[in-house]
Amino acid sequence: MSKDNLSKKELLKLQEKMILIREFEEACGENYAKGFIRGFLHLYIGEEAIAVGAISSLEKEDYVVTHYRDHGHALARGLSTESVMAELFGKSTGVSKGKGGSMHLFDVEKNFMGGHAIVGAQLPLALGIALACKYKKENNVVLVFFGDGAVSQGTFHETLNLASLWELPVLFFLENNLYGMGSHVENTRAEGRDIYSSADAYGIQAEIVDGMNVLEVLDITKKSLESIRNNSKPILIEAKTFRFSGHSMADPAKYRSKDELNYWLKKDPIKSFEKYLIGENICTKDELKKIKEKAINEIEKAVDFSIKSPEPSLEELKKDIYA
Amino acid sequence: MTLMTIRQSIQKGLREALQNDPSVFLMGEDIGEYGGAYAITSGFLEEFGPERIKDTPISEATFIGAGIGAASVGLKPIVELMSMSFSLVAFDQIVNMAANLRYMSGGQISVPLIIRAPTGAGMQLGATHSQSFETWLSEVPGLKVITFSNPIDALGLLRSAVKDLNPIIIAEPAGLYGVQGDVPDKYYEIPIGSASVVKEGKDVTFVSYGHGIPILLDTQEELTKINIDAEIIDLRTLNPLDMLTINNSIEKTGRVVLLDTSRKLGGIMPEIVSRIQEQSVDFLDGPIVRVGSENTPWPYNRNLEESSLPNVNNVIESFREGYKI
Repeated sequence: MSKDNLSKKELLKLQEKMILIREFEEACGENYAKGFIRGFLHLYIGEEAIAVGAISSLEKEDYVVTHYRDHGHALARGLSTESVMAELFGKSTGVSKGKGGSMHLFDVEKNFMGGHAIVGAQLPLALGIALACKYKKENNVVLVFFGDGAVSQGTFHETLNLASLWELPVLFFLENNLYGMGSHVENTRAEGRDIYSSADAYGIQAEIVDGMNVLEVLDITKKSLESIRNNSKPILIEAKTFRFSGHSMADPAKYRSKDELNYWLKKDPIKSFEKYLIGENICTKDELKKIKEKAINEIEKAVDFSIKSPEPSLEELKKDIYA
Repeated sequence: MTLMTIRQSIQKGLREALQNDPSVFLMGEDIGEYGGAYAITSGFLEEFGPERIKDTPISEATFIGAGIGAASVGLKPIVELMSMSFSLVAFDQIVNMAANLRYMSGGQISVPLIIRAPTGAGMQLGATHSQSFETWLSEVPGLKVITFSNPIDALGLLRSAVKDLNPIIIAEPAGLYGVQGDVPDKYYEIPIGSASVVKEGKDVTFVSYGHGIPILLDTQEELTKINIDAEIIDLRTLNPLDMLTINNSIEKTGRVVLLDTSRKLGGIMPEIVSRIQEQSVDFLDGPIVRVGSENTPWPYNRNLEESSLPNVNNVIESFREGYKI
């Protein structure tokens, strides 16, 4: 996709969202170190182009289902930085009232259906939402994110089979960041590092995309969504990407070489897009600086909001178990 | 009143649900063309069409998960598992997803999903097809677990389950599908969370569910020969438990025998023992007596299987030994 297809405003919006996610994740790391955020915390730094490129292509009525590295997807879908940060702080003002935490973000009003922390378990859920869309004769698509680790689960293969068999409107978005926790995909997969070819076994069209390039992600997602809406046949997109930090805050990432990290750092989706925006004379450095300042300011407010927000009352322990 | 089997009463309930609510659909292995492993949905495909009677591949985790997904956005899926033992393949979806979604979303998501599964031993199906994991599922917050031993309860509970907004497990005693009873023609429901006094009595309280109830009915008849008048309670719901009915009965009889047809180790009855201990132990004239199956894998051989399953004699002996009668 070239800049000609998008207005300056739209292009800057992509960069703004990526920066917002990056700054949010940096702040999460800091507040984890300070002890405000506990439990398992998985940062999305390095993968921002995928959430932003893919989710920006959706309609409001479409659904997003994702895995536990979900902050980026949540923010790209328009969940507020305040409500997501407050959730990580375990506060009553969080999206899930402080009961879900980092790995379980939900916002039903925005059709953001989680935040799921058992690897691959979100795939059948997404399938069922797509089944409901078709059953109700709605023309909505379910965009489901999963990682290279999920590909080893039976639910991945079962879901692909059923989505194809039942011709359901699912866009499978594989974020192949090469490592399932500390295991390289070549050590966990007989067919090696390319995964998209798996889709062929189930009669599903597959695409491969540079997950560090937001415009390419946006382009392939838009085309895929259009195809799914017209044909009600699922598509799988494999994005090549890398997380710049460890699996979680507990992970020093000793299993990766410095060379490998440096190779990917050079592909930083935000820096590359910045280079593109300036190189193509779409905006000035000053404009980008302002975008970053705005993001930092917003995140500071979100942290402040989270610190000041009340803890859930102890009665909440026994609420929301049954409808 | 209409005389019907449990199988027919479930069929009646499912047919009603499909007719009354367009958001209801059925899904499971061989429920369409084949008509269901236990012929519960025989003829449904012709009547309601493939959109609403969905045959699935042998992918328990994924079609249960798909039921959860569909339920989370407003449909009412009724999913059939061919055996309660197969729930293990889908346990992650049932426990981690269906049961937890509401809580971890801070109350945003409801999962009005029904999972029906035949359960229990006694049909020489061997170790992998005879287990009663409704007992495991009964300890999961967020799930409701119901079961029955006659066609009236089967229909009344199914009607309540269809109206309920929570994920519900229906443990259908596989050996009782042919049990007959007179079912009222007038519409009624049996509320989830209420046990029933199947037979009133004053000398001892017998508690069980599903396959245990026919054993207790025979037991109480036998006990009349020694002038013991037993009260029989059918739990009908394993979670949430109706302790009030049990405690009231114990207060009256002063004696209690708990019968599991699943393995005696674990199960639902130890929880009931604990609650009796907390709530009504003062009314007891002796120990809380438990009877259950042996703690072994289920054997195929008929004699071995029968020797594991509790019977009338086991219940009578345990009762008489416990209360010195």
